[in-house]
Amino acid sequence: MAERVIYAMYDDDETLKTGAKKLVSGGVHISDVFSPFPVHGIDPIIGVKHTRLGIVAFMLGLTGLLLAVFGFKLLMIDEWPINIGGKPNFSLMENFPAFVPIAFEFTVLFAAHGMAIIYLLRNKTLPGMPADNPYPRTTDDRFVMEIRMSENHMAASEIHAKIKETGVIEIEEKDYVVIK
Amino acid sequence: MHKESAIREPLILGHKTYHDITEDVCRSIEGKAPKAWYIMLGIAMLVGLYGVGCIVYLLGTGIGTWGLNKTVEWAWDITNFVWWVGIGHAGTLISAVLLLFRQRWRMAINRSAEAMTIFAVFMAGLFPLIHMGRLWVGYWVMPIPNQFGSLWVNFNSPLLWDVFAISTYLSVSLVFWYIGLIPDFATIRDRAKSPVAKKAYSLLSFGWSGRAKHWNRFEIVSLVLAGLATPLVFSVHSIVSFDFATSVIPGWHTTIFPPYFVAGAVFSGFAMVQTLLLILRKGMKLEAYIHTRHVEYMNIVIMVTGSIVGVAYLTELFISWYSGVEYESYAFINRATGPYWWAYWSMMTCNVISPQLMWIRKLRRSLLFTFFISIVVNIGMWFERFVIIVTSIHRDYLPSAWSMFYPTWVDIGIFIGTLGLFFSFYLLFARYFPVLAISEVKTILKISGESYKNGTAPGHNDHH
Repeated sequence: MAERVIYAMYDDDETLKTGAKKLVSGGVHISDVFSPFPVHGIDPIIGVKHTRLGIVAFMLGLTGLLLAVFGFKLLMIDEWPINIGGKPNFSLMENFPAFVPIAFEFTVLFAAHGMAIIYLLRNKTLPGMPADNPYPRTTDDRFVMEIRMSENHMAASEIHAKIKETGVIEIEEKDYVVIK
Repeated sequence: MHKESAIREPLILGHKTYHDITEDVCRSIEGKAPKAWYIMLGIAMLVGLYGVGCIVYLLGTGIGTWGLNKTVEWAWDITNFVWWVGIGHAGTLISAVLLLFRQRWRMAINRSAEAMTIFAVFMAGLFPLIHMGRLWVGYWVMPIPNQFGSLWVNFNSPLLWDVFAISTYLSVSLVFWYIGLIPDFATIRDRAKSPVAKKAYSLLSFGWSGRAKHWNRFEIVSLVLAGLATPLVFSVHSIVSFDFATSVIPGWHTTIFPPYFVAGAVFSGFAMVQTLLLILRKGMKLEAYIHTRHVEYMNIVIMVTGSIVGVAYLTELFISWYSGVEYESYAFINRATGPYWWAYWSMMTCNVISPQLMWIRKLRRSLLFTFFISIVVNIGMWFERFVIIVTSIHRDYLPSAWSMFYPTWVDIGIFIGTLGLFFSFYLLFARYFPVLAISEVKTILKISGESYKNGTAPGHNDHH
C-alpha cells in the first residue's frame, strides 16, 4: 500500500506556528512545512536542524585564499619572476602587499560561488528540476504542513481530530508521491 | 516576530494581505505591457544598437577613432567605465550592507537596485574590453597556461586587480540576485496560466518548493553572501581608484582616493536608483511599497555620501597646496581655472552643493525635486571622473606635449549606446522579472504594514 500523507493548510503564519506547537506537543510528527516566505521560529518546533552552509562557505573561502597564494608564489616568485617598476619580488612575503587585493577577491569568489552551488545542490533546486510543493498557493499566501503517516504512530483519524483544533482551513489526505 | 515602534512610519501603506503583495507584483508580468513600455524599449534598443554599431566600427578600425592622443591616452572610455562601475555600487550596497544592518526598507528596493547594478557593471566591463582594441585576445588578462614562454599575467598591477575585482563583483552580485529571485520565480510559476510562461518560469525557478529546510538554508546563504558582498563592494571601487592612485601623475597620486571613490560610487549609485525607481513605482503602481519614506532614506544616503565627496574635494585641494609640490598644486589650479574649468565647476556644483539641499526635510521628501537632483548628481559624477582623468593628464610635465581632448562621434556614440543598452536591459527586467522581492516583502507585512500597525487590518488579532 502506498504511503499516506496528510496536508493541513493554513492562511496565516502565526496560526501555523501555534498549531504546529500544539500538534508536536500532542505527539504528532510534522514532516515538513511549505511556505511562501521563511516563517521565523518554525524550525525548532518541527525539528529542522540549523544548516551548516556557513561552515562550508568558510572552508571554501580558505581554499580560494590558499589557491591564490599558491598561484602568486608559483607564477610571480618561482617560475617567472619579473622586475616590475622595481617592486621587490625576491620572496612571497616581500611581494605580498601587491597581492592582497587579488587574494581577497579570490577568497570571496570561491566562498560565494561554492556556497551557492552547494546550496542549490542540497536543495535540489537546479535548472529543469520539477517543483514538489503540494499546492500552488503555498508560494502565494498559504502555509501547508506535511504529516507523513509512516513517521507517525497514530491513527489517521486521531491526527485529523488534532489538526482540526488548530485553526486549519483545509485538510487533505492522499497518497504520498516522491517527485524528486 | 519582531515588533516595530509605533512612531516609525509604516513601510507598506494601506491594507495589504500576503495575496495582495503577490498580485501587485505579478500584475505587470501577467498583464499586457502598456504602450509606453514598447515606445521606451524601442527607443532604448535603437540607441543601444547604434552603440553596438560604433563598437563594431571601433574594433574594425582601431582605437584611433577615439579622440585620444599622445598626451591624453585615457579619456571617455575610462570615464565611462568608472561612472558605470560607480552606479553599479548601489544595488549590492542596498542588498548586502543594509541586510547586515537589518534595514527593512531595503526590501522594497533591493531587487530592482541589484538588477540596475548588474546591468551597470555589464556596461562598465565593456569599456576596458573594447579599449584593448583587440577584443579577441581579451582572455590574455586571465592567468591561463599559455605557449608564450610561461608569460603570466602581472599580479602586481592595479589593472589586473581591477580585472579580478570587477569580475568577482559582477558574478557574485549576479548569484546574490538570482538566489533571491528563485522563490519569486516559483510564485510566478505557480500562478502562470499560459503554457509558455509556465515552462519559462519553471525553468527559472529551478523547482523551488519553499520547504522549511530550504528557507533555513536560504536565510543563511543570504546572510553569508551579504557578509561576503559587503567588503567586496568597498574593495571594488577602492581597486578602481588604485588604477589612478598607484601612478605618479599629479592629481592621481593621492591616498585619499579609495574612500573618496567608494563614497562617490554610493552617491552616484543611489542617484541612479532614485531616477529609475521614481519612474518604476509610478509605471507599475507600486506606490504602496515604495513611497516617500523610502525616497527620504535614500536621499539621506545621498546627502551623507555627497558630503563625504565634498570634503574629499576640499581636502584634495588643501593638500595640493599644503604639500608644497608645485606639480601637484598646478594640477589643481589647472582643474579649476584651466581650459577645463567648466567641467570642474559643473562637478563642484552638482556634487557639492546639490546634496546639501537634502538637509531640508521638505525637499528630501519631494519626489519631483528628488528626481531632478538624482539626474544632477549623475551628471556631476560623470564630470568628476572626466575631471580626474582628462584634466590631470592633458597638461603633463612637458609643456610642449600639452594638448586637449575632443571626443569624436565614436566616443559619443559608444557612451550613448551604453545608456541605450542599460535601459533596454532594465526595461526587459521590469517587464518579465518580479521587481519587488515578493517573499521578503511578505516577511515585513505584519511588522511594518500600515493597517497592522494601527490595528485596522480586518481579521487581524494580535498574537502576542
